[in-house]
Amino acid sequence: MFVYIIRRFLQTIPVLLGVIFVVFLIMKLVPGDPAVLIAGEGATEETIETIRNDLGLNDPLLVQYFSYLKDIVQGDFGESIRSNRPVFDEIMVRLPITMELALISILFSIVLGMIAGILSATKPNSIADITIMLLALIGVSFPSFWIGLMLIFYFSVQLQIFPVAGWDSWMHIVLPSITLGAMGAAIIARMTRSSMLDVIRQDYIRTARAKGLKNRVIIYKHGLKNAIIPVITVIGLQFGVLLGGAVITETVFAINGLGRLIVDSIYARDLPMIQGTVLTASVIFVIVNLIVDTLYRYFNKRIELD
Amino acid sequence: MLEQEDKILEVRQLQTHFFTDEGISKAVDGVDFVLHKGETLGIVGESGCGKSITSMSILRLIDSPPGKIVGGEVVFKGENLLSKSEATMRKIRGNEISMIFQEPMTSLNPVFSVGEQIAEVFRVHQNMGRKEAWKKAVEMLKLVGIPSPEERAKQEPHELSGGMRQRVMIAMALSCNPEILIADEPTTALDVTIQAQILELMKTLQNELGMGVIMITHDLGVVSETCDRVAVMYAGKVVEYATADDLFDQPKHPYTIGLMNSLPRMDIDQESLQAIPGNVPSPYNMPNGCRFAPRCPHAKGICHDAIPELRNTDDGSQVRCWMYTPEWEDHSDITKAGVK
Amino acid sequence: MSVQTQVAQDKELLLDVKNLKQHFPVKGGLLGRTINHVKAVDGVDFQMNEGETLSIVGESGCGKSTTGRAILRLDNPTDGEIYFQGQNLLKLNKKEMRKVRKDLQVIFQDPFASLNPRQTIKSILYEALSIQNVLPKAKRLERIYELLEHVGLPADSIHRYPHEFSGGQRQRIGIARALAVDPKLIICDEAVSALDVSVQAQVLNLLKSLQNQFNLTFLFIAHDLGVVRHISDRVIVMYLGKIVEIADKKTLFQSPQHPYTKALLSAIPVTKKEEKRERIVLEGDVPSPINPPEGCRFHNRCPLAVDACKTQVPPLRNIENGHQVACHLVS
Repeated sequence: MFVYIIRRFLQTIPVLLGVIFVVFLIMKLVPGDPAVLIAGEGATEETIETIRNDLGLNDPLLVQYFSYLKDIVQGDFGESIRSNRPVFDEIMVRLPITMELALISILFSIVLGMIAGILSATKPNSIADITIMLLALIGVSFPSFWIGLMLIFYFSVQLQIFPVAGWDSWMHIVLPSITLGAMGAAIIARMTRSSMLDVIRQDYIRTARAKGLKNRVIIYKHGLKNAIIPVITVIGLQFGVLLGGAVITETVFAINGLGRLIVDSIYARDLPMIQGTVLTASVIFVIVNLIVDTLYRYFNKRIELD
Repeated sequence: MLEQEDKILEVRQLQTHFFTDEGISKAVDGVDFVLHKGETLGIVGESGCGKSITSMSILRLIDSPPGKIVGGEVVFKGENLLSKSEATMRKIRGNEISMIFQEPMTSLNPVFSVGEQIAEVFRVHQNMGRKEAWKKAVEMLKLVGIPSPEERAKQEPHELSGGMRQRVMIAMALSCNPEILIADEPTTALDVTIQAQILELMKTLQNELGMGVIMITHDLGVVSETCDRVAVMYAGKVVEYATADDLFDQPKHPYTIGLMNSLPRMDIDQESLQAIPGNVPSPYNMPNGCRFAPRCPHAKGICHDAIPELRNTDDGSQVRCWMYTPEWEDHSDITKAGVK
Repeated sequence: MSVQTQVAQDKELLLDVKNLKQHFPVKGGLLGRTINHVKAVDGVDFQMNEGETLSIVGESGCGKSTTGRAILRLDNPTDGEIYFQGQNLLKLNKKEMRKVRKDLQVIFQDPFASLNPRQTIKSILYEALSIQNVLPKAKRLERIYELLEHVGLPADSIHRYPHEFSGGQRQRIGIARALAVDPKLIICDEAVSALDVSVQAQVLNLLKSLQNQFNLTFLFIAHDLGVVRHISDRVIVMYLGKIVEIADKKTLFQSPQHPYTKALLSAIPVTKKEEKRERIVLEGDVPSPINPPEGCRFHNRCPLAVDACKTQVPPLRNIENGHQVACHLVS
């Protein structure tokens, strides 16, 4: 197990190097010269050239990449063109907000999705099952910005239970989390159901029944720990989708998180900031995948044999 | 004959049917047998004869839907299990009547240690604490002949060989000292030398603990070596019910005879085997008369028209065949093949 | 020695397996390198004559199926030579091997898994015929009807699909497919193991009669010793990747020499008193083929093992008339 984690961890290094390279390359290919932007309107050709030299934009591509890499490893993501503050510092202010939103959303997805999936699986083709699966279908097929707007319309504008926007109290967290987690909950519910139905047919469940165990124990102890294995993979994938969804949700609810930072810096052509935010998101995704793989391994020890 | 009070289980006219899109499958259709204390009863037959469904019906482990026990009685210690509540059944399962299955590979939960899976039985049925239950689990592993049981208890099923896993299943089943052990093809998935170990172990433990065993198998060799009494099943019905000695010395039902002739002999050379022609009938579409009639070398008119009863013969065994009834000679349409 | 075996020995050598080894790598460690090998087959030698039935028996993990797969070149053996009709199969390229497959067919345990569920019986058999291009197109349909008759299936099964047949009938289809190209050698890998005894007997009878009719050679891989005794002329017993004993059927079943063979035969549950042997119950499980025991691989379970067994690998020695045994205690 320990060897596995180390090995898996080492494998993430080339992945990260690749991610950094791609982020670096994309920014190089994007039209628009950062030196022009920094210099501001009406600057002379000479000023721009000086800035370009200062930034190292005239060096060969590979040299630029390695100096970029060196900076990143030292935690230096450069300075924001928009605010002139270090990119790293700004990201660190926004990151906790997005992480909070993402974690609460994924938690919401997991809890709701798994409970719904188990309920469905234990009584297949019942009214409860059909209702849950219909809701899950809606959750999968409706876009999150629409769900967000509908929630704001009913719960904030009409019923006035939750605030419309912002990020101050726990009341602010509820609607964005539902918005962001709805699709995940739906996907997890469907996965849990099919996985659970598959597990219930296994021989060891029959053994558990023959032992005289209660249905509850059979489902939640003997069934769930096996059924959860494919669900974990889905949760991992879902987390990536969630980071992408955060961009939209944060915009809809006017939350100052990483997602909005990405959007704002794209509008402002704030290249170092775009690089920094995209890189941060990628790193988070890689780490989450590492955790998911480790969990998968923990729950499914049989794969060590293969 | 065994004493009446020794009787611990009696199955009467058991019927378990499956209601599917294709129709009603009468998997078990009127099965009777008796199990006495300390005795081993074999239920033998080929795939689809209903032997496993019968054993699952005793503990009411049939998945419903599509399966349903539609008739009969399962009398255990004087009470009909088919009219008991689910809660009462739970107290009986794994406690007074235990079961082991064919596939030791898949019958143990892959994500829990084998010790935990055995200890669970003690916690549920004997209200033991975790520590005490674990200690008992290790004792059980020792009882079934697993070397270094303390370490093995902590292992998960995939770390054990097939034979070891079946030992674990036996340990689990015998934890509460049950009165009946139902063994559903316990050695079919195992190699023959491991099968010999497991059968030996079961015999030893049965002598020690005195439980009755119902041995479900397709292997006549296993029946002959382990069983006192045998019920031969074909297409959902018992066709012959006799002591093992009588069955193998003087098989009566044409199906039993056919089954024995199909087996390659280990003592003499045969140019060809006496196979039973044809195939088992579909459970959705059973013949009207005797279910074996379409494959039977002796069948005549009456066999295709009416189902014979399971009747006593002179030597105390029972057989479901028109040949052993007074009606047989009355029928004029005698075929060339008589009773040999 | 039976007349049958003598006849077999007069016949031509069809298959000669020399020092066959099949090792599968085990990956592990920090860098996922090959850290060890599963020695599934570890130095196997035997010969087969035309027209005989040779069986390989042994328990799971003994390497009997791997041996069959190696001969068919389904895996690439680690070492050794396999001469089939004088040609070393392991030296052939894919195209040459395809030609050899005309004479080298296989029947698997699970007929359902080896038949395409979307093909009718006609197209399954037609395909078998066209791959080897053994017959002009005009004659193929006629041949298909002939094959169905040989294996005892009604002519109207030609337009039906595999799922419409019972297990025994599907195995007949598998046999028809193997038979289609007029092969010399058919490898039967647990071909009757999944069948009920009454149907198994039908299929065994069929195989025997086809063998007489078409002068087929069978390499019969099975774990059921009753079946093996019925069908074979000679028998190979394998244990943990090595051959422990080869003998003609009568000798093997009447006077087995290797302690493992003795234990194996004694473990078969039988129905008749005349068939009973004194039971030798072996202790423990078969060791892992990754790290097989030193010396004789059976020594740690052998009731008769002496010191030499723990260190020296016993060679497969001829004790009389083709009866070969790999045991230090048998001379």
